[in-house]
Amino acid sequence: MFYLESGQFSTSYRQDQRIFRLWQARLALVLLLAAAYTVVPWLGSDYLFSAILIPFLVLSLAGVGLNLLTGYAGQLSLGSAAFMAVGAFATYNFLLRLPGLPLLDGFLLGGLSAVPVGLVFGLPSLRIKGFYLLVSTLAAQFFIEWLFTQVPWFANNSSSGVISAPALVILGHHFNTPRGSYLLTLSIVLPLVLLAKNLVRGQLGRNWMAVRDMDTAAAVIGIPITRTKLLAFAISSFLLGIAGALWAFTYLGTVEPHGFDLNLSFQILFIIIIGGMGSILGNFLGAAFIVLLPILLSIISSAWLGDWIQAGQLENLQKILFGCLIIVFLIKEPEGLAKLWNTLRARAHGWPLSYWN
Amino acid sequence: MFYHGLKKRGAVALGLILALGAALPAHAAANQQYFPLQSYRVGPYAAGGTGFFGGFIDYMQYVNLKDGGVNGVKLVWSECETEYVVEKGVECYERLKKGLNGAPAAATNPLSVGIAYATLERSTADKLPLITINHGRTDSTDGSVFPYVFPLQLNPYSEVSAIINYIGQQSGGLDKLKGKKIVTLYHGSPYGKETSPILSLLAKKYGFQLTLIEVPHPGNEQQSQWLTIRQIHPDWVILRGWGVMTPVALKTAQKTGFPANHIIGNIWSNSEDDVIPAGSAAKGYISITTHPSGTQFPVLQGIKKYVIDSGKGNLADPKRFGNVYYNLGVVNGILNVEAVRLAQARFGHKPLSGEQVRWGFEHLKFDDQRLKQVGAYGLLQPLKLSCSDHEGGGSVRFQQWDGSKWKVISAWVQADRALLRPIIEASSHQYAKEHGITPRDCAKES
Amino acid sequence: MSFFFEVLLGGVLSGVMYSLIAIGFVLIYKASGVFNFAQGSMVLFAALTFVSLLERHVPFWLAFVATLLVMLLLALLIERLVLRHLLHRSPMTLFMATLGLSYVIEGGAQALWGAQVHGLDLGIADEPFTLAGLMLSQFDLFAAAIALSLVIVLSLLFNRTRVGLSLRAVADDPLAALAIGIRLQRMWVLVWAVAGFVGLVAGLLWGARLGVQFSLSLIVLKALPVLIIGGFTSIAGAIVGGLIIGASEKLAEVYVGPILGGGIENWFPYVLALLFLLIRPAGLFGEAAIERV
Repeated sequence: MFYLESGQFSTSYRQDQRIFRLWQARLALVLLLAAAYTVVPWLGSDYLFSAILIPFLVLSLAGVGLNLLTGYAGQLSLGSAAFMAVGAFATYNFLLRLPGLPLLDGFLLGGLSAVPVGLVFGLPSLRIKGFYLLVSTLAAQFFIEWLFTQVPWFANNSSSGVISAPALVILGHHFNTPRGSYLLTLSIVLPLVLLAKNLVRGQLGRNWMAVRDMDTAAAVIGIPITRTKLLAFAISSFLLGIAGALWAFTYLGTVEPHGFDLNLSFQILFIIIIGGMGSILGNFLGAAFIVLLPILLSIISSAWLGDWIQAGQLENLQKILFGCLIIVFLIKEPEGLAKLWNTLRARAHGWPLSYWN
Repeated sequence: MFYHGLKKRGAVALGLILALGAALPAHAAANQQYFPLQSYRVGPYAAGGTGFFGGFIDYMQYVNLKDGGVNGVKLVWSECETEYVVEKGVECYERLKKGLNGAPAAATNPLSVGIAYATLERSTADKLPLITINHGRTDSTDGSVFPYVFPLQLNPYSEVSAIINYIGQQSGGLDKLKGKKIVTLYHGSPYGKETSPILSLLAKKYGFQLTLIEVPHPGNEQQSQWLTIRQIHPDWVILRGWGVMTPVALKTAQKTGFPANHIIGNIWSNSEDDVIPAGSAAKGYISITTHPSGTQFPVLQGIKKYVIDSGKGNLADPKRFGNVYYNLGVVNGILNVEAVRLAQARFGHKPLSGEQVRWGFEHLKFDDQRLKQVGAYGLLQPLKLSCSDHEGGGSVRFQQWDGSKWKVISAWVQADRALLRPIIEASSHQYAKEHGITPRDCAKES
Repeated sequence: MSFFFEVLLGGVLSGVMYSLIAIGFVLIYKASGVFNFAQGSMVLFAALTFVSLLERHVPFWLAFVATLLVMLLLALLIERLVLRHLLHRSPMTLFMATLGLSYVIEGGAQALWGAQVHGLDLGIADEPFTLAGLMLSQFDLFAAAIALSLVIVLSLLFNRTRVGLSLRAVADDPLAALAIGIRLQRMWVLVWAVAGFVGLVAGLLWGARLGVQFSLSLIVLKALPVLIIGGFTSIAGAIVGGLIIGASEKLAEVYVGPILGGGIENWFPYVLALLFLLIRPAGLFGEAAIERV
């Protein structure tokens, strides 16, 4: 009743190509953005910003990055955390060694530094397919972790190898507070996600999906495989690099190379599995799931179960639950939460009629 | 079909609302002091976590049962599992820093270098003391730049300095170190690397040949490292391990024929959980400790009487009562509670804020008399903290594993703190410059 | 020069230990086409169960048999609850399902048996002895002997028995195997149980080396390069790959490591495997994939 398409026609190509074709969707988006920029900063607590919203946004961006590579272009990668590390350390070094460099430029340069690394470890994808490609990205993961631990120059020769966030200042405004970090992260993540969405809607995105589905056939119909695959690695690394810089600077505040270990790569992979591979919205849903589920479990257990379950056992149960959820998702809904969301939307088109579609 | 799905979704929403509602504080509790515990009881370092937090909780339980709290203010705590992961530690910190049901938080004790680094600036901004007993950021010893961070008892530089002093003692004097070969096998992480510059400095000062060998995390395979050590034929090997690296090191040393009684482990390679998996390979292995293991101390006997025997003990395995990590937790408890006690003497017998408890930490003083009063004589070393010295101790004892327990084999060996102080100050002042902090003037403060 | 041989020999024997883990992978991949990332957790679970039974004063052989039964039960559960529902899905989906499975088994192992560290003594003292001027480890030789006998037994199983023939048929084409009457489910339970047995043996040997605790499940990361070099479908390849990785890793750490600052053991096998893949994409003994449009 509220989400009907009827009566909404496009009268130009430009109108037809909009991401949000229904006015209801556009209205919802505007309201959501307004709330995110006004209501949330006004009412939110430090805990909400530091522990929920900022990791949610950063992990969503990381998910988008990995999704472009694995979900759209079909190149399985377990090295996402390594590219994030490159972004984080590069941003730190640029901001440290070029005094006067604007903060946003620092993030941009950090992301761009991750691109050649992604290309180098993505080159094997031209010859290797499927599981074997895991080896290349795992090599990236372990090598980068080693490199940043080994070469003290990256951490400004501090004996412990830990880098800490510089003051986040843009045009004289300080963003080091939880509220400020949240706004900064939001403002960086949204344009990048828009960029990614437009990429996958265009020719490049279609090329990626063709390569994913069957790259031999794609080559046969004339899609330049080399360029397509390498661009997937490059753009994915760029987004992951910026996500890494955000992870280090707006979320944790300090980071050491082992903070970008294999577990983080697995976490991002789970985000795109649960959220839905080959979807942009899915990354947000997956990231929300991954960030909120442990906290929810912890709160529920301490509020309702009290002393029945010790803190350690809860962690084990959470792991088991997590693994089960992944298996359940793969069995029941391999296309993830995004598919569930789309089903909901499709039903909403005809609500209150149940058999509209 | 759709309505069935709606019912399911409604149930989920209801559950979420209930859960969130349950999370809101039920009632404000009066007269309680809260200790948030960012504990880790699962994962690769669970042995250390369960022992440490077990001891800490048991000591607080003991204080509550025996004295009714600190001057009538009961101690409360809650745990939040971090699994030694930095993000979880930060999330736990943010969730628990406000206090529990109105009881204010006194200090955080994460027992993790990574989490300590990540919550360092937050703790200073939130005015909540961050306690990093026996570890942490070495330059946080300088309290004028780090007012809220306390590497109690021993910082990493003091560790290695004390070990070198002991090796000097064993060789018949520090001057006899000239020409000796010492290898340091360290964990490939910031914690492992932290002391490399100091070791090089000491090598230059005393003239011994130093080789630094890294073991990549987690340290499951050390064959090549130990074969290289065999080539070098050192007199001593200093082991800076963590987790599985220590037992693997001991077993690989046995495999390559290096005697265990010439391996000295540092403060995080010194527990029963580190040597038991190595079996017979660990016999004769030496390590440092700031406190002996064992149950003969009056405070531990008191804990046994009031807490363990009445079934309120926190340890899952009662055989671990009195082992190194457990006693570290008890020592940590003693120091935290003493800080609260001292702060109460100044600010009043009531629940205190983090800022007030900080004053208590900074004025921690344990002489022999006070140690006997607390029942920890022989367990704790004499300590004296001040504005400029947040470490307060810097001594260790050496213990040797005989196959079934640790035996203390030395008196207190002091680190060369005079040598280390200028380096620490240089580092802390650089931090102050980078972050725009004005160091406090310790001469002026009381 | 003898130092070089010592390192080489030590590396080779280490490599045999890696192969033990890799054999578990190969078994499952050979028979069901699934790359079982949960193998590491299975090793941990088997070792923990065994050690916990030993600590409760169950005699050695009884504990061994009991753990085998537990692994069989695990295989049954996995087949029933996971594999049956994921029939005919893409290899990526199956891989990710085993990823989820590894979390479940890891969490379950710790929930059931606790998180402490356990020592495991197999009765073989690890004192070194010298042979022709080279230092060798008793324990490593023992492990190599066990691995070799395991390989012989498994090769006989796959190549000389009816069951082995059925397993190979199932791996080749599950639908065709179904069509000629091979019981798919039973074959899968069997192969996962055998992989569980291999996991138990590997868990015991590694547990005696490292102590039985959480890091045991991280050994699987060392087995991946072994599989790449040896090929995913060959047991002999797992051994050869293990030898190559073990030897090259140790030699690189000792000779190339100091130039680069040390600690290169973590990534060197992967880079080596990567270079190998560029030359031989299917590994030494693996089957080349044929793609058709």
